[in-house]
Amino acid sequence: MEWKEILTRLLKNKLSLFGLIIILFFVLVAVFAPILAQPSSEDEPYQIPRAGWQVEPQPPREGYPFGTAQGSYDIFYGMVWGTRTAFRIGVIVVGLSSLIGITIGTISAYYGGKIDEFFMRITDVFMSIPFLVAAMVLTTILGKGLDNVMIALVTFGWMSTARLMRSQVLEIKNEEFVQASIALGAKDHRIIFKHIIANCIFPVLIQAFMKMGSMVITASALSFLGVGAPQGYADWGQMITFARDWILGGQGSALKYWYTVVIPGAAIMFFSLSWNLLGDAFRDILDPKLN
Amino acid sequence: MSKEALVEVKNLKTYFYTEEGVVKAVDGVDYEIYPGETLGIVGESGCGKSVTSLSIMRLVESPPGRIEAGEINFKGTDLTKLSEKEMRKIRGNDISMIFQEPMTSLNPVYTVGDQIIEAIMLHKQVNRKEARRQAIDMLQKVGIPLPEQRVDEYPHQLSGGMRQRVMIAMALSCDPQLLIADEPTTALDVTIQAQILELMNSLKESYGMAIMMITHDLGVIAEVSDRVAVMYAGKVVEYTDVDTLFDDPKHPYTWGLMNSIPKLDKDVDRLEAIPGSVPSPLNFPEGCKFNTRCPLAEGKCFDIEPPLEDTDGGHMVRCWRYEDLEEIKKRGERIYEDRGVQK
Repeated sequence: MEWKEILTRLLKNKLSLFGLIIILFFVLVAVFAPILAQPSSEDEPYQIPRAGWQVEPQPPREGYPFGTAQGSYDIFYGMVWGTRTAFRIGVIVVGLSSLIGITIGTISAYYGGKIDEFFMRITDVFMSIPFLVAAMVLTTILGKGLDNVMIALVTFGWMSTARLMRSQVLEIKNEEFVQASIALGAKDHRIIFKHIIANCIFPVLIQAFMKMGSMVITASALSFLGVGAPQGYADWGQMITFARDWILGGQGSALKYWYTVVIPGAAIMFFSLSWNLLGDAFRDILDPKLN
Repeated sequence: MSKEALVEVKNLKTYFYTEEGVVKAVDGVDYEIYPGETLGIVGESGCGKSVTSLSIMRLVESPPGRIEAGEINFKGTDLTKLSEKEMRKIRGNDISMIFQEPMTSLNPVYTVGDQIIEAIMLHKQVNRKEARRQAIDMLQKVGIPLPEQRVDEYPHQLSGGMRQRVMIAMALSCDPQLLIADEPTTALDVTIQAQILELMNSLKESYGMAIMMITHDLGVIAEVSDRVAVMYAGKVVEYTDVDTLFDDPKHPYTWGLMNSIPKLDKDVDRLEAIPGSVPSPLNFPEGCKFNTRCPLAEGKCFDIEPPLEDTDGGHMVRCWRYEDLEEIKKRGERIYEDRGVQK
């Protein structure tokens, strides 16, 4: 299918258009981060600058459009540079875990027998551990930091892709066109790449889109739990962490510190939502069997 | 025949090892295919006709399947002894295959051109541009109108007959010496069937290749074959040239098949039918495999398997009682009862 046609269809669907606009907005924010929020030091642009040493969050004001969080960290700066972090986590974690999942799923299903048994039991072992707990433990072992969070998320995030890919390949590999291709003398790798993966990739792509959002949520959760990004690092999860003690304001003004929670919360929600919308739209568009 | 055989299958045995036991799908099959001729292989479903062809291509899924014994000599090379790598050079290049379902034999995500080009580039040292030119040429040869446009279309944009033509174009793109056609027309409607068979006949002549036509349809056999092997329960039961087979079937099974199809020149109220069905390959009977359904079966038939015997001048029959059948035929009697099959 032509890319032009995919784009036209994406734009026609109102929900996917909405998702696309949000993602585009986040992309622009990420790209123009240095202009939107000028870093005070060139070497450490991800370090959120502080307005002072006050512990209590301060509401939006001149110079600090989203206010300051606990410890006087600039919320606006954290949100803008955190967008880059979110994309980095999403793309790297989803990319690597999908790659691992596709490889394992395809090999298992295509060769079958003992190889299949071996890989699927490994998958079962990994699946039997609760995702968030496993990721938390591994990050703690590896040490605090965003890179280690990503390693942990990849390590425990590939199994669903492997399972999905395996079931797809099992279905496709018995199709007559695969037989026909073998009968024409094609080699294994050619059959796998050209005939099998090309016919199986759509559900995996859609799943990857959905995972973009959920991986960023999990990374935020790890940051919130204190094993993610180091203190003061521009990351949405970190911004929520700052709000932990200020979710409720004092007596009589429960919503006094709303900006500490609502702004990073909304960003994470919209980020995740837009990828899901886009994934749904792609499901309808990319599948040639539906045309 | 004095000519050198292109393919010589000797005592081929292909077994499947399943949980319920050993399935002897092909159990000692012999036949030859000569250059430029069409060998028809006919039989009911499950008689092993497809497995023989898959054995020649070495496409029997293993496990559970295995070529247990026998030789498949293709121009003097025993295909059963080749490595997978050597076999890949033969597939699509020397021996090609077309399948039953034109609807699923093409990959839905690529254009037909892409798929023919792939087949060409697998075996020929040509660049993509040249391969594309040859692909269009092939499409023209198999009678697809406007090949320059069709080459860029996806399989779902073509009709069943068109797709089977594309499959034939793909199979013939590297000038094979043998084309194995596994029920190529079964999924097509009758007028298209005739066109495809005619196309295969004319291509056979212009390419000088041999065809192995596997089918359950005696009409197809009559139309295209030079010689015919009738298979039953993993064995060849009758093997002769096509005219002899239709004029003078010697095996009770073949005779039953012939009488179960309506004929224009004979007026019978009811068609004969062979009773029962093919026995399960897990427990074939002792003696002749056809004894469970054969009205002539007696004594010896239940104990000893008859050999494939040359009756006269190359007409091979696997039956103890073919001479008795001759007598019955001369008297104009039937051996099968009416089974209520309306004409």
